[in-house]
Amino acid sequence: MIRLNDVTKVFNQGRHNEHRAVAGVTLDIEDGRVTVLRGPSGSGKTTLLTLIGCLARPTSGRVRLDGRDISSLPERFLTEIRRSTFGFVFQRFNLIHGVSVLENVMLPAYPLGGDHGALRRRALALLARLGLNGKSDARAEWLSGGEAQRVAIARALINDPRVIIADEPTANLDTALSRAFLDIVGELKAEGRTLILTSHDPRVCEAPVVDRVVTMRDGELVRDLVEA
Amino acid sequence: MNRWIERQRCLVDFTVSSLLRRRGKNLGLILVYTAIVFVLASVMLFGQALRREAAAVLSHAPEIVVQRMVAGRHDTIPTAYLDSIRAIRGVVQAEARLWGYYFDPGLSANYTLMVPTDRVVEPGTATIGHAIARLRDARAGTPLFLLSERGKMHKFTVAATLEPDSELVAADLMLVAERDFRSMFAIPADAVTDITVSVRNPREVGTIATKISRALPDVRVITRGDILRTYEAAFNWREGMVLVLMVGAVLAFLILAWDKASGLSAEERREIGILKAVGWETSDVIRQKLWEGALISLTAFLFGYALAYLHVFGFDAALFEPALKGWAVLYPRFGLRPSVDAFQVGTLMVLTVLPYILATVVPVWRAATIDPDMAMR
Repeated sequence: MIRLNDVTKVFNQGRHNEHRAVAGVTLDIEDGRVTVLRGPSGSGKTTLLTLIGCLARPTSGRVRLDGRDISSLPERFLTEIRRSTFGFVFQRFNLIHGVSVLENVMLPAYPLGGDHGALRRRALALLARLGLNGKSDARAEWLSGGEAQRVAIARALINDPRVIIADEPTANLDTALSRAFLDIVGELKAEGRTLILTSHDPRVCEAPVVDRVVTMRDGELVRDLVEA
Repeated sequence: MNRWIERQRCLVDFTVSSLLRRRGKNLGLILVYTAIVFVLASVMLFGQALRREAAAVLSHAPEIVVQRMVAGRHDTIPTAYLDSIRAIRGVVQAEARLWGYYFDPGLSANYTLMVPTDRVVEPGTATIGHAIARLRDARAGTPLFLLSERGKMHKFTVAATLEPDSELVAADLMLVAERDFRSMFAIPADAVTDITVSVRNPREVGTIATKISRALPDVRVITRGDILRTYEAAFNWREGMVLVLMVGAVLAFLILAWDKASGLSAEERREIGILKAVGWETSDVIRQKLWEGALISLTAFLFGYALAYLHVFGFDAALFEPALKGWAVLYPRFGLRPSVDAFQVGTLMVLTVLPYILATVVPVWRAATIDPDMAMR
């Protein structure tokens, strides 16, 4: 269970360009479910996602993971939690160009220092599972949008995290690829993983696999819609 | 330990892939870097080998040389001084030497003419160094004509050439008989060029040198240590001269290296953000960049040093020979004995590898401390 209690995030605090991206959000995210943060551009959903995923610390308020307050932990501990608990699929996939697909998938596991052979086999298995057989040696920039996203998903899964965070996952995909993505979401949910997505795409918000849609506007929660 | 090794292996794997992405740029950098290390290492290896060679040759040189000075210039010394020197306690032997220089206008070269004390040279013959033999195309039996002080032509027949092992100091040497030498340079029978002195206790060299100076106020006393220091100074000066000439090239390289190492592109900053977002710590990013700097600089260092070693000991430092070696037209031609000094390797490494690695790490450290949420924006 991820619990947010009156979480606020202010950028450039005290300066003339101060911006309150998230304002007093209180929210519980249950394990094993698919939650979508919906809202227009600039509503604060991506910022909220960074706070949940330990990519940034809130300016005020508390973020609790399984009851443990993680909002004021030093960077080193946040990195450790991020690495072991969360897998990220970024909006533009953020693959490293110039290196192979396989290496991109293995990257999050490098700092752990496990057996290199086992890691390689695990990465190849994930690529095979996501239909990317034969693409392991291809460079990241050679991939189509759908392939790049599946590589990003494989990368998110390499450390076997229990929470997958995806920012606008269908923003760059056509209908068929969006449907394929939602199928993968279904599989991950069936494995017992928690999925937190941001999207303003109705194909995602209205998908049967989604358990809950949280609507945001101007950094605040507007409506909490339970769909399933 | 295994975990640490696996972690480093992963980082090195990624570093190599990362370097291969900008193959052209990195190869260019390694090439320039290698060239700089090559030149620096060549100069250092060559200078050191020459100093060793000179020291080895000088180990057989006399402990003390006594020369007479007139108006601050070296003049012949009366043979009567031999007795005064032999009378000093601690002196085992004092021997007269006859040697001088001859300028060959035809070849614009200087020869060192000498009367040997350890071998007999028949009057009218000469034993010559390899450089003279090479220049004059002379071998045993070849006649050599030298013009004396009084404008008289002297004919010498080459009896033999000197062993190449001694070529550093004997390349321009010409051993002749005493009679011929005195006749060539018009030196009277009661005078010699200088006197060599052997002492009983090597630790007393300084004391005996002082005693000779006091007993014979018009002489200059030169010890073996003085000669060695002069050689050192000459080679150090030559080394320094080449290094000063290289300063421009080194500075150009430093600018290139600094630009490459310190200027993080937007792409590199983005990558660091991604790595941090997917779970890399700041220290992992810095470690990876350290590996990158180390791989580039160590590769260049190893190649540069190996090439310099080959250049100096395989090809007799063909590129720097004229600047670093001969002090006469007759450049000695001899193979240097290969030797590597750990301190020198360490110094060169500190001067070339360390600055590059540091230049790589500082900007990365600054960039790596940015929040990983930039990957989301």
